[in-house]
Amino acid sequence: MFNYDQYLRLDKFPLIWCSGCGDGIVLKSLLRAVHKLGLQKDQICMVSGIGCSSRLPGYVDFNTLHTTHGRALTFATGIKMARPELTVLVITGDGDATAIGGNHYIHAARRNIDLTVLLFNNHIYGMTGGQVSPTTAKGKKASTAPYGSFENTFNISGLAQAAGASFVARSGVYNPVQLENYIVKAIQKKGFSLVEIMSPCPTAYGRRNREGTPVDMIAWQKENSVPVAKAGQLTPEELEGKLITGILVDIERSECRAEYQKLIDRLAQS
Amino acid sequence: MMKVLEGSQAVAEAVRLARVKVVSAYPITPQTHIVEELARYCAEGSLDGRFICVESEHSAMASVIGSAAGGVRSFTASSSHGLAYMHEMLHWAAGARLPIVMVDVNRALGPGWNLWMDQSDSLSQRDTGWMQFYCADGQEALDTTLQAFRLAEMVHLPAMVNLDAFFLSHTYEPVEVPDAQTVDAFLPPYEPPFKMDQGHPLGLCGVAPPGVYMEMRRNMQMAMDSVPDLLDQIEDDFFIRFGRRYGSLETYRCADADVVVVTTGTASGTARVAVDQLREQGEKAGLLRLRLFRPFPSRAVRQALEKIEKAAVLDRNCSFGSGGIFANELKAALHGKGGTAVYSYISGLGGRDITVDLIKELYTKTRDADRPDSESVWLGLKEELMLR
Repeated sequence: MFNYDQYLRLDKFPLIWCSGCGDGIVLKSLLRAVHKLGLQKDQICMVSGIGCSSRLPGYVDFNTLHTTHGRALTFATGIKMARPELTVLVITGDGDATAIGGNHYIHAARRNIDLTVLLFNNHIYGMTGGQVSPTTAKGKKASTAPYGSFENTFNISGLAQAAGASFVARSGVYNPVQLENYIVKAIQKKGFSLVEIMSPCPTAYGRRNREGTPVDMIAWQKENSVPVAKAGQLTPEELEGKLITGILVDIERSECRAEYQKLIDRLAQS
Repeated sequence: MMKVLEGSQAVAEAVRLARVKVVSAYPITPQTHIVEELARYCAEGSLDGRFICVESEHSAMASVIGSAAGGVRSFTASSSHGLAYMHEMLHWAAGARLPIVMVDVNRALGPGWNLWMDQSDSLSQRDTGWMQFYCADGQEALDTTLQAFRLAEMVHLPAMVNLDAFFLSHTYEPVEVPDAQTVDAFLPPYEPPFKMDQGHPLGLCGVAPPGVYMEMRRNMQMAMDSVPDLLDQIEDDFFIRFGRRYGSLETYRCADADVVVVTTGTASGTARVAVDQLREQGEKAGLLRLRLFRPFPSRAVRQALEKIEKAAVLDRNCSFGSGGIFANELKAALHGKGGTAVYSYISGLGGRDITVDLIKELYTKTRDADRPDSESVWLGLKEELMLR
C-alpha cells in the first residue's frame, strides 16, 4: 500500500473538494509520480492559481505558492528563473489557465520554459458555483448559461501544442495509472510540459447537466476516450464529442533558460 | 411589488428595470449571484440585453466601455481581486466620460485569501474618477443602482455601488420592487451626447498632449463637484415617485449628541442598535452613516457635525501608513471648520464581525478621551495573534 501521508499536510484535511470530485484522484496520481521519480519534498515547488484544482498545494508538504487567478504560470516563471534547481509544478484549471490566464498560458508554452503544468479540466468554474468556462461544451448548462452555452470551446492541449510546448498529454481520472505515467514523463521533460486531465465536477457541472453519479461521469470518460493512435483512423464526424487521449506531443525543442545561458556564455567568451 | 430578495437579486432587479443593454462579467465570489440572475434574464428575454461571459474582469470592464461608447446603457459587477484587476479600465471608463454603472461587492484582498467583508477593494479605486456609493440594505441597493444610472448619465462619469460581502449581498430581506412604468418615467432611455454611430462617425480616446490633457481632468473634477446638488435633485424626483430618499449621508439621533459614531454599509444597522442602547443608559450617542464617498460629501458632513464635539469613525479598511480612510476623508472635510475632533478606529477587516458591544466600546473610548490618538486605533484584535 502506497504511503501517501508522507507527502501530505494532514493537518489541512479534510479536503475542500466535494465528494465525487476527480481532483483527489489526480492528487494521488501526482504523489505516486513524485515518489517514482525519487524527488525530495523540498526539491519541489508547486504553484497554483484560483479554483478548485488550485487548492491542491494547500494539502502537499512541498514548497507551495497559492497565487492570484490566472497568474500561476507567471509566478512559476519567476521562481524557475530565480531557483532553476527546483522542480516547478503548476496546478491550474480550464478557467484559470485558458480564460483569465490565457495569455500567460500560451506565452509560457511559446517560451518553452521548464515547467510542468497539470491542468484539471472540469469544463466549468466549480468553485464559484458553476459558471460557463472556455471548455463548457455547446449546449451544456452553466449558471451563466442556464439554457446552454452557445460559444465555441478551446482545445486546451491543442493550444499548448500550437504555442510550442515540448510535451503535451491528455488523460483523465478514469485511468490513474496512465495519469501517473504521464506526470512522470512531463516532469522528466525539459521544457514546457502539459498534462491535461479530465476531472469530473459532479456538483457544479454534473447535476446541472444530468450527467448522473460521479461514477457515471468517470465511466463516460472511459467510454468516450479514443487513444491518439486510433484517432487517426477515425473521421472528424466519428471523433465528434470524443476525448483524444495519450501523448500528443513529445519533441525536443530549445528550452528558455538553456538558450538564455548559451547567450550569456557566448558573450562572456567574446 | 414587495419581494423577499437577496441583496444581489435586488441589484439584478434594478438592472432589469433600468433596461440595460449590455452586461459583461466574470465570476467572483461574492458577486456572482448578481450576474447569474442577469444572464438568465437576458436569455429568457425579460431583459432585452446581451450578457457577455468574458474571460476576465479586465475584459468585463473593457467590453462595457465598448458598449457604452456604442451609446447603450451598460453594467458590470465584480469584487475584490476582480475589481483590482479592472483598475486600468476604471481609469479609462471615467476618462472616456462613460456613464457605466457597476456593483462592487466589498471583499478583502489577498494574500491571506479571504472571501469576506472589507472595503479595501473599492477604496483603493477612489482616485479613478468613479462615483462611489455604500449601501446599508437590499432596498437601498436596488434604489441606488437606479439612481446611479440617472446620475452617471447626467454628469458623464461612471458610478460604483458598493454592497457589503455576504452581510448584504447574500442576505434576504423584503424589498419593494417598483413597477417598470414608474421606473421608465424616472429613468428614460439613455441618450448619449456622443456615440459610435454610422450617422456620426467618431474617433474616441485619442492622444491628448499637454496642451489639452489638464483641462480634460479639470472637467472631470467639475463634474464630480456637481454631484451632491444633482443627487439632491434626483432624490427629490425619486421620492415623489417611490416615497424613499437617502441623501449623501444619513444622521440618527445626532441633534444633541456628544459623540457621533460614523459608519458605512451594514455596520450602520448594528451601530443604530448600539446608539439606542446607549441612549437608554442616558448616553448622548448619535450615528452618521456615509452613503456617498466619491465625491466626498464635505458640505453635508460639515453641516451634520457642526455642533458635534466628537466624531468616532469606524473604518473597515486601512490605508497602510496612514490609517482609516473614511476618518482621513472626514478630517480633510472638517479641517479649519469648527471644533469636531475626529477619532479614528479600524475594525471588521476580512469579515470579522462588528458587534453592538464593539460599537459601544468605540463610543466609550471616544467619550472618555481628551483628544484623538495620532494614529487609528484598532478594535477587536486577538492578543494571541499579534506581533509584539
